[in-house]
Amino acid sequence: MIQHLDWHVYVTIAVVVLGTILTRVISFVLFANRAKPPAVVQYLGDVLPGAVMGLLVVYSLKDLTITSYPYGIPEAIALAVLVILHVYKRNLLLSIAVGTILYMVLVQTVFA
Amino acid sequence: MVKRSAFGYAFPLTVPICAGFLFLGISYGLYATGQGLPAFLPVLMSATIFAGSMEFVTVALLTAPFDPLGAFLLTLLVNARHIFYGLSMVTAYRGTGWKKIPLIYGMCDESFAINATTKIPDTIDKGWFYLHVTWLNYLYWVGGVALGSFGGKLITISLKGIEFVLTALFAVLFLELLLTAGKRLYCYLGFGITAAWLLAVGPERFMIPAMITIVVVFLSMRRYKRSASHDSQPKTEAKEDPQV
Repeated sequence: MIQHLDWHVYVTIAVVVLGTILTRVISFVLFANRAKPPAVVQYLGDVLPGAVMGLLVVYSLKDLTITSYPYGIPEAIALAVLVILHVYKRNLLLSIAVGTILYMVLVQTVFA
Repeated sequence: MVKRSAFGYAFPLTVPICAGFLFLGISYGLYATGQGLPAFLPVLMSATIFAGSMEFVTVALLTAPFDPLGAFLLTLLVNARHIFYGLSMVTAYRGTGWKKIPLIYGMCDESFAINATTKIPDTIDKGWFYLHVTWLNYLYWVGGVALGSFGGKLITISLKGIEFVLTALFAVLFLELLLTAGKRLYCYLGFGITAAWLLAVGPERFMIPAMITIVVVFLSMRRYKRSASHDSQPKTEAKEDPQV
């Protein structure tokens, strides 16, 4: 519990804001004064998005426990349906909506 | 006209994020006020920090003894993935003028995900598209946190499981890149390396080693390819010609 709102609170928030901005801006600052970013940065910009998206999928599932009930089954079912649906229909919103609603139904009813 | 069509193109893509952010924002508001913070504080943090997982961590920092240096280092660690996003967007955000400032400030996971993967038609102004995606997502997040902080107790229907919308979003965008771009190998590598590190060191510490490994592997692949093409250029040309 926070007993009182002293300046410590605002200093901590300011420090976190600063750190966050730093991580976002650093790549842009490093390559700001070049007419063209170095070839290696262009290469990374080309190949990283796919890899980072794979990383984000794992990141968003990081707290999943597959060793205890429900063993990640709702996630597996929802993702399987999403993948199949998306490969056939290629409709971004439809795939996301069906996957999410299916997951919500699963965790609120079958795996509640 | 240009501005309007950029918005029309951007808005539908942010709708799933609206659903996810409103829910997560409400959850965050509830959590922060539940930890004893006055309602305006989570809203202030969401509007200034604007990095979801770090905002949850900051609530813990505020309830722990004052340690600004520790807080700073922890922020760098938790948000190190942004360096990655920056590397990916250096070229794309070039030439966007003043918009570059809000684009970089608001570069959260979801805005990066959409801006990095969407194939924007030539008729649409790229800078405005990026900016619309970014400010809309910002609004959803801060709005969700405000709802949760000031009125979270009024919500009665069960939204359990809606946080999966963000997993679904990342999965679909990942799939899009797998299905369209000729960069399948990099997609699999990113996924596989991250999953391997998660299994090896657990959910608290896998991100940094995974990101370093991805960059190192990709850089060595580039080096290998270049040296391979340098060494054998005349030979491979002769060999591959009949097949083409």
